[in-house]
Amino acid sequence: MADFEPKIIAFCCNWCSYAGADGAGVARLQMPTNFRIIRTMCSARVDPEHVLRALSKGADGVIILGCHPADCHYIGGNYRARRRIALLRMVLEQYGFDPKRLRLEWVSASEGEKFQNTITSFVKTIKELGPTPLMGVE
Amino acid sequence: MTKSALVIGGGIAGIQASLDLADRDIHVYLVERDASIGGKMCRLDKTFPTNDCSACILSPKMADCNGHPNVDVLTYSEVVKVEGKAGDFKVTVKKKPRYVKMEDCTGCGECIAKCPTKNIPDEYEFGLTTRKAIYIPHAQAVPRVALIDPTRCKKILNDKCGLCEKACGKKAINYADKEEFVTLEIGSIICATGFQTWDAKLSTEYGYGRFKNVVTAMEFERMMCASGPSHGHIKCPSNGEAPKKIAFIQCCGSRSEKKGSQKYCSSVCCMYATKQAIITKEHAEVDEDIFFMDIRSYGKEFEAYIHRAENEYKIKMHRSSRVACVEEDQATKKLKVSFTDAKGDQQVTEYDIVVLSIGLNPPTGAEEFSKILSIDLNKYGFCDTKVSNPLATSREGIFVTGAFAAPKDIPTSVAEASGAAGKAGAFIVDKNFVPCAPKVFPQEKVTDGVPPRVGVWVCSCGTNIGGTVKVDDVAEYAKTLPGVVYAAKSMYTCAQDTLEAISLAIKEKDLNRVVVAACTPRTHEPLFRTACRDGGLNQYLFNMANIRDQCSWIHMHEPEKATAKSKDLLRMAVAKAMLLEPLEGSKIPVTGSVAVIGGGITGMSAALDVAAQGFPVHLVEKGANLGGSSAKYIGTKYVIDGVNMGEFVSDLIKKVESNKLIKVHKKAKVKDIPGFVGNFKLQLDSGEFPVGAVILAIGASEYKPTEYNYGKDAKVITLSEAELAVGKGSFKGKNIAYIQCVGSRNDKVKYCSRTCCADALTNAIAIKKADPSANISVFHKDIRTYGFREELYKEAASLGIRFLRYKDGNDLPGYDGNSVKAFDTILGKDVEVPVDRVILSCGTAPDREEKEELAKMLKVPISKDGFYFEAHQKLRPVDFATEGVFVAGLAHWPKFMDECIAQAAGAAARVMTIISKNNLISEGIVASVNENYCDGCGICVGCCEYNAIEVVEDGAGGLKSNVNPGLCKGCGCCVAACPSGAMEQKGFRNVQIQAEIDACLDLKAGV
Repeated sequence: MADFEPKIIAFCCNWCSYAGADGAGVARLQMPTNFRIIRTMCSARVDPEHVLRALSKGADGVIILGCHPADCHYIGGNYRARRRIALLRMVLEQYGFDPKRLRLEWVSASEGEKFQNTITSFVKTIKELGPTPLMGVE
Repeated sequence: MTKSALVIGGGIAGIQASLDLADRDIHVYLVERDASIGGKMCRLDKTFPTNDCSACILSPKMADCNGHPNVDVLTYSEVVKVEGKAGDFKVTVKKKPRYVKMEDCTGCGECIAKCPTKNIPDEYEFGLTTRKAIYIPHAQAVPRVALIDPTRCKKILNDKCGLCEKACGKKAINYADKEEFVTLEIGSIICATGFQTWDAKLSTEYGYGRFKNVVTAMEFERMMCASGPSHGHIKCPSNGEAPKKIAFIQCCGSRSEKKGSQKYCSSVCCMYATKQAIITKEHAEVDEDIFFMDIRSYGKEFEAYIHRAENEYKIKMHRSSRVACVEEDQATKKLKVSFTDAKGDQQVTEYDIVVLSIGLNPPTGAEEFSKILSIDLNKYGFCDTKVSNPLATSREGIFVTGAFAAPKDIPTSVAEASGAAGKAGAFIVDKNFVPCAPKVFPQEKVTDGVPPRVGVWVCSCGTNIGGTVKVDDVAEYAKTLPGVVYAAKSMYTCAQDTLEAISLAIKEKDLNRVVVAACTPRTHEPLFRTACRDGGLNQYLFNMANIRDQCSWIHMHEPEKATAKSKDLLRMAVAKAMLLEPLEGSKIPVTGSVAVIGGGITGMSAALDVAAQGFPVHLVEKGANLGGSSAKYIGTKYVIDGVNMGEFVSDLIKKVESNKLIKVHKKAKVKDIPGFVGNFKLQLDSGEFPVGAVILAIGASEYKPTEYNYGKDAKVITLSEAELAVGKGSFKGKNIAYIQCVGSRNDKVKYCSRTCCADALTNAIAIKKADPSANISVFHKDIRTYGFREELYKEAASLGIRFLRYKDGNDLPGYDGNSVKAFDTILGKDVEVPVDRVILSCGTAPDREEKEELAKMLKVPISKDGFYFEAHQKLRPVDFATEGVFVAGLAHWPKFMDECIAQAAGAAARVMTIISKNNLISEGIVASVNENYCDGCGICVGCCEYNAIEVVEDGAGGLKSNVNPGLCKGCGCCVAACPSGAMEQKGFRNVQIQAEIDACLDLKAGV
């Protein structure tokens, strides 16, 4: 699997994690190229259906990044995201996906470095897991 | 009659002041001497400590200013006469002839192509390249209009040539142009004329002007810059080869008694030189050495920046070294730099390029300018100001901001600019004030039912993107995407010319969607949205792909992959754009009052500034009295920077308590501040108060030392205890040691607390003057008396106060109860000083817990160091990303009193741009219900944090959810929760997000 380059979708909330990603950019923190960010206003906007769609269409992993607990720009959106993702991970397992393919992390606006580390470690995890089990499935 | 405000100087400070006045609905004339606004910042490549691209962050402001309906920008103009008095000035402005009609010139450049008079040194590029007799000042010039140099134009000089007139299709050339005088009715004036750099030719020992490879920092900045003459490739001026070794020499023209040099510290050179060294290292393999006396990294996150330069980038820092001279090898043109190393030995090292870190001087013509305005200059030739009133000049109604008052960095200038705008505004806003009418945009084109026609702009961002991502490829790729009818690349998409091109293309190419692949929507989306509106397109039909922060900057060494990723991000952005719909925001009423949290000098100043414009303030103080950390001076005679602190604070408290518009809440704890911009609810024990905006001025405190047996050993006191003792005349001590950096610049508290050096020296000087027989030693890592406070350092040294530099790191000087011991890095040996008094210069502690409480209530971030984290370190220094919340004073970063007062004024002025309006227009990206699918289950109601959703009867016996768009904040939480797919978020609809997912995975959108 040395040459496996995973496709990862990262959902970032506008206020913390997207800003943290910008912070990583400003600080020129280098990281793997395997992820593509989709910006939503809040991590709670990420519908489980979005995650399922991404995985079913061939994403090797999905990561959702929100504000730290109690720091959500929309008061408690990240708590809702946390509950939804916890449930979703259980569902994914039942459908034969390793739940490690879905991750939720908190990155604040000032945590460019945490963004870098989070992405780097998630890419590593997905590389270890290998391509999506749907690969080759029609 | 309501008068206009006048801002003189179109650099970043002048631009910010103009924008804040204009956003407060005051009409502004911005007068700029040069042919383009932008000032010095425009010429910079990057800015410290974020390494933000200068053009990228400034261009939007330049465009915003030039396009603002309330701002008249008068470039190539000078103020020649000021008559009248505050509130009623008559100002005469001379407009210099451009010989090109501004209203007709499109900046196409045809005339320049035809002009035969070449090889004129280009002033903008410091002569590093040439221009013609007709020229546009530079690529990002605002306004982008040509002008003729009458001293070189053959037609004007000898009535020959005339080719440019023939070339101009718009008939914009006018050789008979004459200077013109206009008289303006002005209420108040802001001087933002900036600075000029020190003339490097004055220091003959460094050979500038004689040796080709000796360049000034400003020239080097142009050499580094993607839009500069060498497109960002640094080359030795002598032979065009890439340099292998570069030296930076600090304090050129600063901190020197030499004739022609300045005695003060120029405040910014340490940081800009380090920045230049870092950026150069990112682009090329090169060894770099910086020679300095003290490294002055006192600002927010500056210390960490210096550490990165030294440890990560391996830039060699030569501490305590002043370079004696530079000599040139005549054959190789290499430069020999002679300096004294850390061991005191003479060394000579060879370099390819020597960069002179030239200081900041008063602007050219400052003296004449001060006479025209009848304002005083200080002994250095800068605008004279008082520490207690830092934005006021000596003449009522005339204010100053930025480097015209003292050398200073960009964020300080910007915060001050806002402050000056607030102060100036108070002279214009009276009971008869008529606000400017809002801007009228062209009628928006109908897009409903019309197939998408997408226009794409791919930004090179100088080399920020183009240096890694193949921008041409991405633009070509864009043309292959479904729906795209036009695609282009541009050097700086956010510059005026491209913004105009976008507006024009919407009309001419009948675009109904616009996508820009550039930087982050967090900073640049508003600008591009306005360009869409200017072109008659609904602003929500715009989308961005962030190929800078998410591609070129974080995948610098993988150009192929970064380019592929850019294409993916663009494809995703276009896919979403195809499905975007026009949206309207809703009108939200604004509460015309402010909450200021914190009753120290900063909070009180901010409260008075808001009240001066006629708006009520709730000033919340947790303690029993106002005054904050400065209240301790009351009843003492302690003087800092010439200000009797006790009297000053008492006066300020009196002013606040007697102001009818300020309601002071003492012993008050903020229980919560729910709400949003324009409509917060300040909840205290005494009740609930509606406010439109919030200023956080909760300060910080002195670090409580555990070092040096403090609290047990009676000899050991803190600096603030020493201040009070001196102020009360009870100070005791003969053999005194100051220990700097206690609680700063170590592994736990990594930052520099900025004020302790100057504060300690103020204290030491007072003690020494009162008792000349006192033996005083200052143990320090660097002495950071930046700006005019350098005088303190000189005075202290001349009074016989000794300075011992101990080693940077965690270890403080030793102390055995009788003497202080340290290794003096300059003498290179251990030094022992007997003491009967040890004064600990304790750093500033951020009081993180207290900050966190408010941070959670208001949803604002805190930086690594524990201070509040502003929206943008450079250009939004007092704003938070959360609208309607602002920060000032020590809550933001340690700073001196004058800096606190100026920042407080800045925050007050920013608040004014919100609360002076009756209504705000909310974002259009709110939730909406598709009633066909909604069965009124109410799940959405339960998950809405803002009570924006209700379940109501639909009139047909059923229940439906109903969203109040004024209350909805557009998080989209309810959308993801809705089990029937009835809830949607405008601008982030399910189909739109799905389209992004599908496009990302390379599938056809909408499958």
